[in-house]
Amino acid sequence: MDLAGIIGIINAKFGEDFVSIDEEVSTDTVRLTPEQWGQLAPFLRETPELFFDAMMCITGIDEGVESENLAVVYNLHSMKHNHKLEIYVSTPKSVPKVPSVEQIWRIADWFEREVFDMYGIEFDGHRDLRRILLPSDWEGFPLRKDYEFPETWHGIVVDKMKEGWE
Amino acid sequence: MGVTIEQELGSVHGEEMVLNIGPQHPSTHGVLRLKVHTDGEIITKIIPYIGYLHRCFEKHCENLTYEQAIPFTDRCDYIGSMNNNFGYAVAVEQLMEIKVPEKVEFIRVIVAEMNRIASHLLAIGTFGLDVGAFTPFLYCFRDRERILDLFEMLCGARLLYNYIWIGGVSHDFPVGWVEKTYEFLDYFEPKINEYNDLLTYNKIFIERSADVGVIPVDVAISYGVTGPNLRGSGVRWDLRKDDPYGIYDRFEFDIPIGTGAMGSVGDCWDRYYVRVRELEECVKIIRQALDALPRDGDVHAALPKKIRPKAS
Repeated sequence: MDLAGIIGIINAKFGEDFVSIDEEVSTDTVRLTPEQWGQLAPFLRETPELFFDAMMCITGIDEGVESENLAVVYNLHSMKHNHKLEIYVSTPKSVPKVPSVEQIWRIADWFEREVFDMYGIEFDGHRDLRRILLPSDWEGFPLRKDYEFPETWHGIVVDKMKEGWE
Repeated sequence: MGVTIEQELGSVHGEEMVLNIGPQHPSTHGVLRLKVHTDGEIITKIIPYIGYLHRCFEKHCENLTYEQAIPFTDRCDYIGSMNNNFGYAVAVEQLMEIKVPEKVEFIRVIVAEMNRIASHLLAIGTFGLDVGAFTPFLYCFRDRERILDLFEMLCGARLLYNYIWIGGVSHDFPVGWVEKTYEFLDYFEPKINEYNDLLTYNKIFIERSADVGVIPVDVAISYGVTGPNLRGSGVRWDLRKDDPYGIYDRFEFDIPIGTGAMGSVGDCWDRYYVRVRELEECVKIIRQALDALPRDGDVHAALPKKIRPKAS
């Protein structure tokens, strides 16, 4: 099914203009608020015509130093129908919070832990949200644009970057 | 199947013991820590700690140009470097809307499939090694060595190639490479039967891998299993067929899937055998690509001075 068809089915259930595509930003990405995503996720997985059974990827994004927002991008795919959907959920930097889909797609467990680890986005409802790659006592979220490198770690002095390195 | 441990022990429950496997352990093939909760012989729970292999590629690449990130993709999976280079290069080219020369497309498919053979040989060889069959491992590595020699002739490196670049590849095929590759294929094809004789249909190997570690289809998809492991669970899904990148849509090849020939669908034997059958498919693809390889042409597309994806 093409993107217009998928959006048609979603809007038929949740009401007109529930999801739409901003052609100027991206032609194949659906933008949602965290609340909308929480409502939509189980529907995408369960509806027979859509049947998005595979969560291909979850990516965290820091929209930039000037922006107030962090974002999470979900790449969904249906093994049965061979169609896909990209969903972009933005959330404010002050209280970054997105509903967890870990119980709908099991792979989201680790994906969400990784996004939490790197960006500090809280996944509401995740049963085991801990750091996955970094040590559990690490401070800060390294892939945020305003991240500052630590000068020491457990008393070990970290070498500064060499002069002239970008 | 024999009597399971649960049946033998009945409802006897001892004290729970927590065991650490790793981070350094001969069977982890890398650094991985598993915290294992056991009740006698039965594992009740495993908590994996995977961060020991984290090397901050994303953070490194924040300070690099798009071309400079390619050696990092080599190291994501150091036995499938060509395929990783390929994926990254294609992604950047799509963002920049670059069309690469025809010859480059063929070269990429050939080296990627060669690398797939090398990677699968390592996979089936070391799998045998882990369940106690040492000899097949040596046979697999003998043949893998020939591919590494060809890659060394091609770009100087044996493992981390940095070969597929944005808009092209680093070197054209050297003189004699194509002939040597044909020779290798003629040599390699009969060897697949040798692996089958040594390992695939070996009774001890079957006993140790059939009906072990069964992954049902729905679990495999929900847990994001991909590639040969997913196909081992019986899903006929291959990116090269279902959503082709490069020029994979021009080649004839089959997608082997697990059938439960020795036990149930999606067991260790199925996942193993899918890889063996893929070796044959790789050979098919490489032959077709070598036959149709354009002899002349540049191996670099014209690129803008500064590589940056188009602003949307």
